[in-house]
Amino acid sequence: MARASSLLYLDGVSVSFDGFKALNDLSLTIGPGEMRAIIGPNGAGKTTMMDVITGKTRPDSGEVFFDGNIDLTGEDEASIAELGIGRKFQKPTVFESHTVWDNLELALKAPRGPFATLFHVISGAEKKRIEYLLELIRLGGKRGDLAANLSHGQKQWLEIGMLLAQDPKLLLVDEPAAGMTDAETAETAELLKDIANDHSVVVVEHDMVFVRSLGVKVTVLHEGSVLAEGSLDHVSANDRVVEVYLGR
Amino acid sequence: MMTSFLFRAMDTRAGIFLAIMAAAIILVPAGNLLAPEGSAFHVPNYAVTLMGKYLTYALLALAVDLVWGYCGILSLGHAAFFALGGYAMGMYLMRQIGTRGVYGDPNLPDFMVFLNWQELPWYWYGFDMFWFAALMVLLVPGFLAFVFGWFAFRSRVTGVYLSIITQALTYALLLAFFRNDMGFGGNNGLTDFKDILGFDIQADTTRAGLFAASGIALVLCFIVCRALTRSKLGKVLVAVRDAESRTRFLGYRVEHYKLFVWTLSAMMAGIAGALYVPQVGIINPGEFAPANSIEVVIWVAVGGRGTLVGAVLGAVLVNFAKTWFTGALPDIWLFALGGLFVFVTLFLPKGIVGTVSQGWTALRQRKASAAYESGSGDPPSAPPQSPGAPANVKHSNRAPVTAEPQPAE
Ligand SMILES: Nc1ncnc2c1ncn2[C@@H]1O[C@H](COP(=O)(O)OP(=O)(O)O)[C@@H](O)[C@H]1O
Ligand SMILES: [Mg+2]
Repeated sequence: MARASSLLYLDGVSVSFDGFKALNDLSLTIGPGEMRAIIGPNGAGKTTMMDVITGKTRPDSGEVFFDGNIDLTGEDEASIAELGIGRKFQKPTVFESHTVWDNLELALKAPRGPFATLFHVISGAEKKRIEYLLELIRLGGKRGDLAANLSHGQKQWLEIGMLLAQDPKLLLVDEPAAGMTDAETAETAELLKDIANDHSVVVVEHDMVFVRSLGVKVTVLHEGSVLAEGSLDHVSANDRVVEVYLGR
Repeated sequence: MMTSFLFRAMDTRAGIFLAIMAAAIILVPAGNLLAPEGSAFHVPNYAVTLMGKYLTYALLALAVDLVWGYCGILSLGHAAFFALGGYAMGMYLMRQIGTRGVYGDPNLPDFMVFLNWQELPWYWYGFDMFWFAALMVLLVPGFLAFVFGWFAFRSRVTGVYLSIITQALTYALLLAFFRNDMGFGGNNGLTDFKDILGFDIQADTTRAGLFAASGIALVLCFIVCRALTRSKLGKVLVAVRDAESRTRFLGYRVEHYKLFVWTLSAMMAGIAGALYVPQVGIINPGEFAPANSIEVVIWVAVGGRGTLVGAVLGAVLVNFAKTWFTGALPDIWLFALGGLFVFVTLFLPKGIVGTVSQGWTALRQRKASAAYESGSGDPPSAPPQSPGAPANVKHSNRAPVTAEPQPAE
């Protein structure tokens, strides 16, 4: 796909840590409205790829473009978030000494400057939106609880809720099903499919059942570059993929 | 907009605090000026000044709590902003001496005559006017904090490194102000003040007035801090404290938030210093001593970090103890202070106010569940949550999960 018509465009991206190449000439394109699953063994560079997209890590070389022509390598985390890229971390990261409600309120799309927040009064529309999200992530009954007191799975969901509250164009979701029960994993897959109806989503996941239930195009990463791409059945049939990943 | 902003500042705890402050602001001066000596209600002069001094310390502690308790910036240099505010006020008081100095020079303070200076340095211009000095009390600490914060926060200096450079800042100022050629009285600092706004600085009424002014300044700054920490901005600050990197990924420009509270806090410290100087009658470079800033942090830790009221309580209690110790057992004080800090860190990590309010919440929870079990009352609801939850307070009586700051992966 050409850069101009893509939502996210990575070309020849390399990142090394002390000589170790975490990303090695990685190229990847996500189209508008697309949902993509990324799989790969531990250490393949999946999280590092998200770090590069969200401005946490600067690539040593290569191009990263959002929305066709916005160069992300020159932006910092806050402006990339403002451009419309939201991220869920591998280790669920919510604001533990805030309530579930406040976590969502903080994430809600609204002016982000200190003076705007100082005089901010929550509007009816914002309350409705939070109510809607609470319902969606099934934490309605926990709205007043501190996020610290949620279970691991609930934190994952809260973080997905926060991601939605930001209303980004592109969601990067890093291992959403980690530490979840099978039932929770299935629910999470449903939730993500729902979200994918009106957002572009990149999901990193290990769980094959989960990836299969998403039913989307899969990219296999290995040692910092793309090993194979296509439907899950297609990549599963690839000998190299079987060797480095599925075979284990 | 403004009313809702201030309305947020109020709740029971704030109400109790403000009521106590109002009583003190009225009763202490009244007891000093109106009650005859020997009466049980008489407040002696020394006590008025002492308590006035405590109130300025309390304001300094409040400023530290705003940045440390809510935003996680452990400042070990806030005494620098306090001392700068104090020097700005001291310069005004020096200029009020006029010809009443030892050398009787109408234009130059005594120490400049002593150093054989011929004219007033340019940076002393304007300090003969109160409004100008008052403005400088805010602007000088505010400007220094802004410049310092601009570089530190933009370069993402955090944690211990930031604390160390705040110590370096106050130490550098200490050395600079010791020098005679800086033009701030060197070693001896500024003293021998005569009057303030035309009132004799030694008069009982002036002292009572300064006490009341300190109390009012504390109340106003408390209300500002309260409204601020309970606003959405306050929630962002706590978010920064607990998971700074996560906050950035939500699109908040963390450095702007830090710079805002940091500068505001420095200005409050400046006000505290300006009220401190006329009450103690002197300002010298000793106020910049790195140990002073560390002491303030201990006051806040003792009272309860991230509670505002706790900062005030901690400052007053520790300084009251200090006054008592330095009178009765002067050699012991530093050990007592160190011991207190160790005790609080180990056994009261939430400080006095944090521990009490946690106990209070737990008690109410238990009562509610007891009532529910005995068949009356509604099911116990979740404990009330304050938006700017005190640092590390665990509200839950269920899973004991610690709200530790965690880096975003
Ligand atoms: N900040 C870092 N410093 C050094 N090495 C890192 C850093 N981040 C990631 N790595 C290394 O880069 C490789 C890829 O890591 P990561 O992107 O987290 O893999 P994945 O998410 O696919 O499991 C790993 O070998 C990891 O040890
Ligand atoms: Mg990873």
